[in-house]
Amino acid sequence: MKRILPGFGLSLGFTMLYMSFIVFIPLAALIVFTVYNGWETFWNALHDPRVYAAFRLSFTASFIAALINGVFGVLIAWVMVRYTFPGKRIMDGMIDLPFALPTAVAGIALTSLYTESGWIGSLLAPLGIQVAFTPIGVTIALTFIGLPFVVRMVEPVLKTIDKETEEASALLGATPFQTFRTVIFPVLIPALLAGMTLAFARALGEYGSVVFIAGNMPMQTEIVPLLIMTKLEQFDYGGATAIAVVMLTLSFALLLSVNALQWLISRKLGQRRIT
Amino acid sequence: MKKILFPLLSLGVLAACNTTSSSGSTVELLNVSYDPTRELYTDVDDAFIAYWEEETGETIKINASHGGSGSQARSVLDGLDADVVTLALAYDIDVLQERELLDSDWQSQFDDNSSPYTSTINFLVRKGNPKDIQDWDDLIREDVEVVTPNPKTSGGARWNYLAAWGFAEEAYGSEEEAQAFVSDIYKNVVALDSGARGATTSFVERNIGDVLLAWENEAILAANELGEDEFDIVTPSISILTEPPVAIVDKVVDRKGTRDVAEAYLEFLYTDEGQRLIAEHHYRPRNEEILSEYSDSFPELELFTIDEKFGSWQEAQEKHFADGGIFDTIYQP
Repeated sequence: MKRILPGFGLSLGFTMLYMSFIVFIPLAALIVFTVYNGWETFWNALHDPRVYAAFRLSFTASFIAALINGVFGVLIAWVMVRYTFPGKRIMDGMIDLPFALPTAVAGIALTSLYTESGWIGSLLAPLGIQVAFTPIGVTIALTFIGLPFVVRMVEPVLKTIDKETEEASALLGATPFQTFRTVIFPVLIPALLAGMTLAFARALGEYGSVVFIAGNMPMQTEIVPLLIMTKLEQFDYGGATAIAVVMLTLSFALLLSVNALQWLISRKLGQRRIT
Repeated sequence: MKKILFPLLSLGVLAACNTTSSSGSTVELLNVSYDPTRELYTDVDDAFIAYWEEETGETIKINASHGGSGSQARSVLDGLDADVVTLALAYDIDVLQERELLDSDWQSQFDDNSSPYTSTINFLVRKGNPKDIQDWDDLIREDVEVVTPNPKTSGGARWNYLAAWGFAEEAYGSEEEAQAFVSDIYKNVVALDSGARGATTSFVERNIGDVLLAWENEAILAANELGEDEFDIVTPSISILTEPPVAIVDKVVDRKGTRDVAEAYLEFLYTDEGQRLIAEHHYRPRNEEILSEYSDSFPELELFTIDEKFGSWQEAQEKHFADGGIFDTIYQP
């Protein structure tokens, strides 16, 4: 059979070349740079309570943001797939706005809303909840930029689930919750995980929107990308690369393990269907 | 053979066109500067272009690049072809000098430490000064919230920090007390924005804090243009003389053959015309006579320089802002 695309050799060669220029070489440069700077620079840059605090904040806030997006992303996708209502097209377009908007603009807007004198902040302040310049503010900014990932990953999968399956489940006597738990949710899991992982990964590297709402207080609300910027601003290229490399390694390990988890889940689901 | 020759030939022709057009008659200068000088250099550039045409008959073009002082220095380090740099602090230019982009005596190349204009750090407060903030020691009061950018990411913020330190050394005498004083100020800081403009926005637009530590030119700009009748400027009893330096990037001008124009451009800042433009953009001109013409907008106060109090920018950077320096200890638990 004649393939539409040129042969495997050529396609793979081009893929490798393209990936090299766009991904591999820049990332390899990071690692080469770190090695070149020596272990001492690497160690000194990381052996700092501020760096630990920033890693803790970046990872927990990104994780919580991904969880929130997981829950509400599925809800939004559900509404978008199952119902028609006036303005649906517009809402559909708006879901992608966090992708299009310069993140600094989003950050400034969120900060204005959530400070004590802002529209939302002034409602929360009497309850003793301060959002801007706290880890909560960081989490909100990260939730904002991650939302489209979950919605866009889950939507097409939801579309594939026929109403008939649910009706069949109901006819067999399942409660709505049982139907959701055993019929719909398992099919969604791989897409949901993928969406949440993307949202999480995006949140880890996010800089623009967070620096405005975070307040950037050392030990409290500094995110890792800000620390990298801080090092660069002091012309400490070695320190900046050291932090970047750790970030990269941790993220890559996380992405890999989520992939593995996805594979396990879909295998398990596949087996259960056969039996 | 033909197939290969044609593209090669056309490449050659293209390359030839390229070189002829770039060595054409207009000389281009690139001035890499920091953020709050945008408006100043727009006017200076226009004036200088007219001046240069009158002097030599040559038409020149000046390109400007603005951004945070540190990131601008980094762009030049990484190969941005700047003929001149006009940055917020000498440390950023020292870094360029370390990489041998310019000569080691750059700071004596032009008058007044190569800083044609100066400014100082003062306080921007809300109209009527409701918290009655008069001097540096009001900033450590418990009911006062301070806004200043992060010295780690903003060159301007380092001047703020050093100004407070200098005051405390004068007022209390010892270094330990200065350190305690400065930490007390930073305990009152509600948000450490990453840059000076960000801090101004926090204070002016978002109503955060009671006092903004700001460059005088930035404070005047905010008070006049961002919110008329919403802010007052408080001048402390003593502050730092901020000297934003200018320099020629020797390596670049020698390669491009633009040294004459670049030198004339920076010297133009010291002429009467240049100094007046500087005063109109709220920087303090070096020329005493012109400064006194504008004395209404520049109140007198006691000023100390970096070199007097801290030795040099290099030493100040090493001791206070480097990792593990005094600023870091403020936030250690």
